Formats: sequence, structure tokens, C-alpha cells
Amino acid sequence: MMKNEPVVEVRDLVVQRGRVRAIRDLSFSMPAGEVTGLLGPSGCGKSTLMRAVVGVQVLTSGTVEVLGLPAGDRRLRDRVGYVTQAPSVYDDLTVTENLRFFCRVLGAPAGEVDRCIAAVDLGSRREQVVSRLSGGQRSRVSLAVALLGSPELLVLDEPTVGLDPVLRRDLWAMFRELAAGGTGVLVSSHVMDEAERCDRLLLMRDGALLAEEAPQELLQRTGTEDVESAFLSLVDQAREAA
Amino acid sequence: MSPRITGAVAVRVLIQLRRDRRTLAMLLALPCLVLTLLWWMFDGPAGGPGFSTLGPALLALIPFVVMFLVTSVTTLRERSTGTLERLLAMPTGKGDFLGGYALAFGLVATVQSVLAVLLSHWVLDLQVAGPVWMLVVVAVVDAVLGTALGLFVSAFARTEFQAVQFMPLLVIPQILLCGLFVPRDQMPRVLEAVSNVLPLSYAVDAMTGVATSTGSGLGGVDASVWSDILVVVGFTLAGLALGAVTLRRRTA
Repeated sequence: MMKNEPVVEVRDLVVQRGRVRAIRDLSFSMPAGEVTGLLGPSGCGKSTLMRAVVGVQVLTSGTVEVLGLPAGDRRLRDRVGYVTQAPSVYDDLTVTENLRFFCRVLGAPAGEVDRCIAAVDLGSRREQVVSRLSGGQRSRVSLAVALLGSPELLVLDEPTVGLDPVLRRDLWAMFRELAAGGTGVLVSSHVMDEAERCDRLLLMRDGALLAEEAPQELLQRTGTEDVESAFLSLVDQAREAA
Repeated sequence: MSPRITGAVAVRVLIQLRRDRRTLAMLLALPCLVLTLLWWMFDGPAGGPGFSTLGPALLALIPFVVMFLVTSVTTLRERSTGTLERLLAMPTGKGDFLGGYALAFGLVATVQSVLAVLLSHWVLDLQVAGPVWMLVVVAVVDAVLGTALGLFVSAFARTEFQAVQFMPLLVIPQILLCGLFVPRDQMPRVLEAVSNVLPLSYAVDAMTGVATSTGSGLGGVDASVWSDILVVVGFTLAGLALGAVTLRRRTA
């Protein structure tokens, strides 16, 4: 995959969930080889947008393309890794059993199991049943599953919530490393300070994008010191314009 | 469908069951306990004809009910924890998911039925006219029917409480109308007509057929047993097909 070739291309996306318009006419493109951060307060539509990218969300209108194919296409199913907010792993299986199962489903080489367990630093817990792990460890098992088979696009919904700062740093280092290797990484967070670790930011509020740019550009444009203030200044600007 | 993925799902379900020792013990021991209770109630050590009349119906009913419950709760858990969504975002076919479950629970049902049949025939002295192994065949078919219906109804429950409530709704009427209490041809005509479209009626008829008749056909049973089995298989396939419809890759 060429660097800067879009891995994700979202055009005029609208998603209605029940009575709520979760995504209101949103467009962006995401290049490979970068870590794109999707930031915004809880409830702003981040998860819905990620579900649309993975192809598990019913779209109201607009298009989502991933690696040049419609999101959710059969051919994408082993090329996109996805971590939801709830750790989607089996509580009553051990770490290794979980990984081994999903590895067989993906048809990835068996060696992937050990590699991915090591990548999330769960080597010492590998024979433990997931229900006995802490919340943070569980979400790392879920992350390890998403890493199986080295997918070309990783969609990670708040993968670092509740994690120890050291581990959080290590995981971000891993995302950067994966991106450097050409993987597209889309990470959501409601913690604005994680923004600085991204190559590009998508700031989201009420189902729409407030900004789509590199962290430095964002700070310069808004004349602020940190992403949180930039976010507030953009919200104020939008209010004044309305 | 891919044999690799179907097999992976089946093996995983079995590993989960093995870890849940209490459930596994109940799956295997409960049918035997219920049958023993029935035998004791009717015949007791003194002996009598009651157990042999009702035993076959129970042998058909138990695997169906147990597998219905186990399957509806486990698949509901897959839906609510997000593992189902994850699997469907991967190369898993709906057939792989359903087939894997049917395979794993079919296997458990085989062990369960073999134990129940061995106990009934050799310990509790159940009179069986046809070949004893045919009782196991019918029991496994019934169990897979329970699995198929359980998979289907799990789509309509949001909580495990609701899933369990489907049992009085869908299973108890079938138990009442399957001929266990009143022979089906002696029921009011409307109820007889209803019982004619319920799968458990055919399951019980097949089991009773094996126990009370012999034939020169396949498996040494009357041809009507096979036609009953075919009806049950038809309901199972319909249940799996409806279940497949409820497994959605995209949700709102």
C-alpha cells in the first residue's frame, strides 16, 4: 500500500439511529501510514462513525469506502481489525484460547497468536481465563484479537481507556510503529491529551466534524495551546456563526 | 461456509462448555435424574407398565428442552457481548456460526442421549420394540431441533431473562399438545390441528414409534418413524434458516 493513498474515504455520510441523527453529513479521507485520531465528547457519534467504517452500521445515506472497496465488503473481512468499546472476547476462555479461536476464523498463521499476545504485553496472563482479568487487561485481549493477521486498517474505539499510563504510552508507540509500516490506524478517544500523539485529528461534535487537520495546524489556526482549548474555541466559533 | 471456521466455532463452544463444569454436569445428569424420577413415580422397584408408556416421550422431550434453553442463552450472550458482531465482521459465514453451534450441541446431545437411553433401557427396564440405537438417533435429531429454535428465538430477546421466558411461550404448549398427556387423536379437533403443526409432536411420535413398533425398513423401524424424523429435520432446517435471517452483519 502506497503511503498517502486513502485507506478510508467517507463521503456525505448520514446515519440515523432511531430518532437520533448520529452522523450529520460527514466527509473525510484517511491516508495509510498515519495514525488518525477521532476525538470528541462521549455521545458525539464516534462509535457510529467507526461502525460505519468497519461496515457493521446501516447507513442512511452517503458512501464509505475502505481500501478502495465499499465498507463491509466480503473481501475486507480479513483486512480490517476492529476493537469495540466493550471487549468483544469470550469471558470463559483463556487469553490464548480466545486468540487461537479468532486466529482460526481469520485463517491467519498460528504463530500470530503468540505475536499478538506479546504485542499487548499479556504474556504472563496468557493461560488465565478472561473473566479473571482486570478491565484494562480484557480490553487488551480484545486489541490483540484485532491485531491478528496484521490487518491493513485498524479501527480502535477507545482502546486506551482505563489503562495504566505506561501501558498507554507503549500502546501508542505500537500504533505509531504499525502506521510507520503502512497500516492505517483510526483511534478514537474522548481524552483530548491523546490527540498530540496522532498525525491527524478528526474533531467531532454532535455528529459533525469540527476540524480535520494535524494537531500542530489545529493549534496554530485556533491560536491555542492544547487540543482541549482548540476544541472549545471551535465550538464557540460555530455558535457565533449560527 | 467454510469447514475451517465451522469447526473452529464448534471446538470453541465445546471448550467453553468444558470449562463450565456445573452446566456440563447438569446437561449430562439431569435427563437421567428426571427419567429415574418418572420411573420411580410410575413403576417403582415393584414394576408396572407406566414408565414404558411415558418414557419414550420424555426421551424425546428432554434433549429438545435442554438444548433450546442452553442455545438461546448462549447465543444471546454472543449477541450482547459483541462477539457475534466481531465474528460477522470477520470472514465468518452465518452458516459457519449456526453450523458450529449445531455441531457442538449435537455432539453434547449425543452423549446426553446415549446416557439417558442406556439408563432407561438397561437399568429402568424401558420396553423398546425397535432397535435401541434408533432412540439415540431420534433424541439427537430432537436436540438439534431445540438448538435451531433456540438460535432463532435468541434474536427476539434482549436479556437472558427474556430468553428464558421463551420457554413457557414456545416450549410448554408443545409439551402439552405433543400427546404426552392426552393422545393427539383424542384432543379437541382444533387442538389436534394445532398439534399437527408443532415440531415436538413429530419428535414424540418418532420416539414412541421406535419404542412400540418394528419394521423391515431402514434401521429396523416402521416407515412412519422416518417420515416423523423427516418432519423434525424440516423444522430444524427452517429454524436454522430463520436464525440465519436474524444474524445481521449490519445493524441500525
